[in-house]
Amino acid sequence: MKEIAIVGFKQSDSVSDAGAVNEVEMIMPVLSSVFQQVGINNAQDVGFVCSGSCDYLQGAAFAFVAGVDALGAVPPIKESHVEMDAAWALYESILKIRMGHAESALIYGFGKSSPGELPIVMSQQLDPYYLAPLWVDSISLAALQARLMLDQGLITERDMAEVVSRSRRNAMNNPHAQLAGDVAPDDVLAEEMYLSPLRKADICPVSDGASAMIIATVDKAKEWGVPYAIISGIDHRIETHNLGMRDLTDSVSTRTAAKRAGMDAGKVEVAELYAPFSHQEIILSRALGLGDETRINPSGGVLAGNLMMASGLSRIGEVFNRIVSGEVQRGIAHATSGPCLQHNLVTVLEKA
Amino acid sequence: MANLAAVVGIGQTKYMTKRLDVSIAGLVREAAVNALQDADLTWDDIDAVILGKAPDMFEGVIMPEAYLTDALGCNGKPMLRVHTAGSVGGSTALVAASHVQSGMFKRVLTVAFEKQSESNAMWALSNPQPFSTHLNAGAGGYFAPIIREYMRRSNAPYNVGIKVAVKDRLHGARNPLAHLQKPDITMQEVEDSFMLWDPIRFLEACPSSDGACAMIIANEELADKSAKKPAWIRGVAMRSEPTMFAGRDEVNPQAGRDCAADVYKQAGITDPRKDLDCAEVYVPFSWYEPMWLENLGFAPEGEGWKLTMEGATSLDEGGDIPWNCSGGVLSSNAIGASGMIRFAEAARQVRGDAGAHQVEGAKLALGHAYGGGAQFFAMWVVGSEKP
Amino acid sequence: MSEEQEVVTVVKAPVYLKYNFTAGAAPARFLAQIKKGVLTGQRCPKCSAVYVPPRGSCGGCGVATEEEVVLSNKATVQSFTIVYIPIPNNPIEPPYIIANVVPDGANISFIHLMSECVNEDVHIGARVEAVWKPKEEWDFAMDNIRYYRPIDEPNVPVDQIGKLPVTGLEG
Repeated sequence: MKEIAIVGFKQSDSVSDAGAVNEVEMIMPVLSSVFQQVGINNAQDVGFVCSGSCDYLQGAAFAFVAGVDALGAVPPIKESHVEMDAAWALYESILKIRMGHAESALIYGFGKSSPGELPIVMSQQLDPYYLAPLWVDSISLAALQARLMLDQGLITERDMAEVVSRSRRNAMNNPHAQLAGDVAPDDVLAEEMYLSPLRKADICPVSDGASAMIIATVDKAKEWGVPYAIISGIDHRIETHNLGMRDLTDSVSTRTAAKRAGMDAGKVEVAELYAPFSHQEIILSRALGLGDETRINPSGGVLAGNLMMASGLSRIGEVFNRIVSGEVQRGIAHATSGPCLQHNLVTVLEKA
Repeated sequence: MANLAAVVGIGQTKYMTKRLDVSIAGLVREAAVNALQDADLTWDDIDAVILGKAPDMFEGVIMPEAYLTDALGCNGKPMLRVHTAGSVGGSTALVAASHVQSGMFKRVLTVAFEKQSESNAMWALSNPQPFSTHLNAGAGGYFAPIIREYMRRSNAPYNVGIKVAVKDRLHGARNPLAHLQKPDITMQEVEDSFMLWDPIRFLEACPSSDGACAMIIANEELADKSAKKPAWIRGVAMRSEPTMFAGRDEVNPQAGRDCAADVYKQAGITDPRKDLDCAEVYVPFSWYEPMWLENLGFAPEGEGWKLTMEGATSLDEGGDIPWNCSGGVLSSNAIGASGMIRFAEAARQVRGDAGAHQVEGAKLALGHAYGGGAQFFAMWVVGSEKP
Repeated sequence: MSEEQEVVTVVKAPVYLKYNFTAGAAPARFLAQIKKGVLTGQRCPKCSAVYVPPRGSCGGCGVATEEEVVLSNKATVQSFTIVYIPIPNNPIEPPYIIANVVPDGANISFIHLMSECVNEDVHIGARVEAVWKPKEEWDFAMDNIRYYRPIDEPNVPVDQIGKLPVTGLEG
């Protein structure tokens, strides 16, 4: 099967409110940046384009159509869209390259979550007959999950605070982070409860921003003459939507995806996990069996800034950055979708 | 070179205004179960599910693939959700095919749906945004001026659209799944129907339907062993262009022309009218038949309407290139599913399994979908024989 | 379980979500001008096409539109439809005309209402002009222009629609 190389990645700053900027204006700068990294002009110079976004973030149908205005799609291009995190747009792009219909692809994800009340908006992702009418927001559901873990003695509040503390400290080295600082676990524990047992610090912030990536066959990457990392495996799995039927303290689908993506074939030096809540990082790292040899979320993860619909792609980009900079040889990236980690994608990246 | 892939199972629901007897989950499951039965397979035989629908605002469920996981037997499997506006049903089929054509999957299920009765699509499309004029009276208000420009360019007689409206409803009367059943429809009836967006009359526009369509796509090895005759995928293509740019040809969009050229090249088609036996083309407003006849190269520019008027696209008139034998979008429009229905109906034709709307001996068929401001295109060519 | 139990086929679950809508940087500049009664477009630095209303980029080139261009009140009908059904949330009585109009100096049309005309006389290439609301009603909104109405000028040849300079047909 054709090897896929990542050749460029850019994430915008993660900001709580991008202000007057609209979607196309948010996308254009990250696209220019990846085009520049690879030395190409626009989407005409790649074989396929795929994006990820969600209409409900901005509250109008066809948000993704505006994205096409950022591409320079005249003459017309091969282009598609998933109403999912752009990590799944990457997945679709890999299929396209592997079937031989493209040698390269541009992937981008964008989200302007600030205009709405994101946790409330996401309540409408639930079963429309039984759950959505209850308006259970995404934070409340995660709080239920955290409560299960605490009551079963699987974690302590201090464990959660340590995740937050590490995120804030790591984020100090991430120029795009929204929340960063020298925060100690005790500082987190001193915070008041927000939605018990979650404190505000346990919850990722609401962010605006975009990210973009370019992938290619290894031959094409060599032709472009740019540093690249190899995607040695990618897999995703979804679980039942019925929260009562899942063990919410575990993530079976993450484990399956990692296994199928070939995570165990080598050392995992770095792992970027899409954990919007502190306790979910613990669920994920345990499901993946990550130990001391793995550095988790050196970017600060999404607790430092969560670009809905782009955060999954950004996790992959963060690992790519560390590989091409020579910092690590191998790592994994995780993306999630749906309430309480319903749907999970794992990518394994290696040095070329 | 892409791995070979074929459609080995097709399932649809009956299209109608309101399916009150099923939930959204029940609707998609019905189509999926029908496809499994058609392929003589079970849920365990499916490696991944690829779901498509038009904007989430149509039903008010955000990213419904999460909720539909259970209904589609997808626990523990990959699930992908495609959204490319009106072309989504076609794009979804193409993304599903790419799972197999990439060699990464052996057999996948793809489903597209819309349950328009649980929503207000016209509201979702006209959702007023501050600062702009609120003049969007549904999709027809957008497409009517483009049709008017086609009429000016081509000097087509006023009744071409009327003829298409009759022809597709007569086709639909052969298809028990079609929403509108109008076996006695006449040109006069269409002409007398209420004008909505001049020149589009009520009977020249598609209905609003609930419905779902599903297909199972398998690799060569499994398709060779399939229960019924497979429809081999001979070409796949998608193209997009921006909604608005200076100098854009909205009547005959380049994205459609390029997409057709690409899919024909893969399928070895040089003269679509001659080489193809039939086509299922996304025609939500009657005038889009002559417009797409030209865009897709079945007729020279300005002459598509002549094929329509000659009866070339009519099954009942024994035309040489029947279009939309199933009744098309003009007979059933479950928006998100409409593109996939075109792709599935093309496959039914080359499987020789299209019932009363079968084109005798059909060997090669085109499935087509478009969306947005006629800017997103998805097409495939399917054949009775392996390429 | 009672056998007479009624089958539930519909549940109503209204969805209300609030959004603080933002137009975008380029549209905001446009809206600031239209608040003052000035119709502006923005020029693509690459292909020179002038977009109105600007949305942030030239869709064709995929680059931001920067230079602001003041457009004429006069425009040309690129195409139109007579609508016989009401628009949701809009008090306009059918039948009414929605036209794609290109203001002089711009290269792209936008949709707007036409009025003060005989519907049947409207045609592609017809010359029209903007009729503004009274100044005291001007807001950050496209409908500061109430509608377009026909003017007594020669038709624009079809191949010239969308290419007129800001000075119009004779310019």
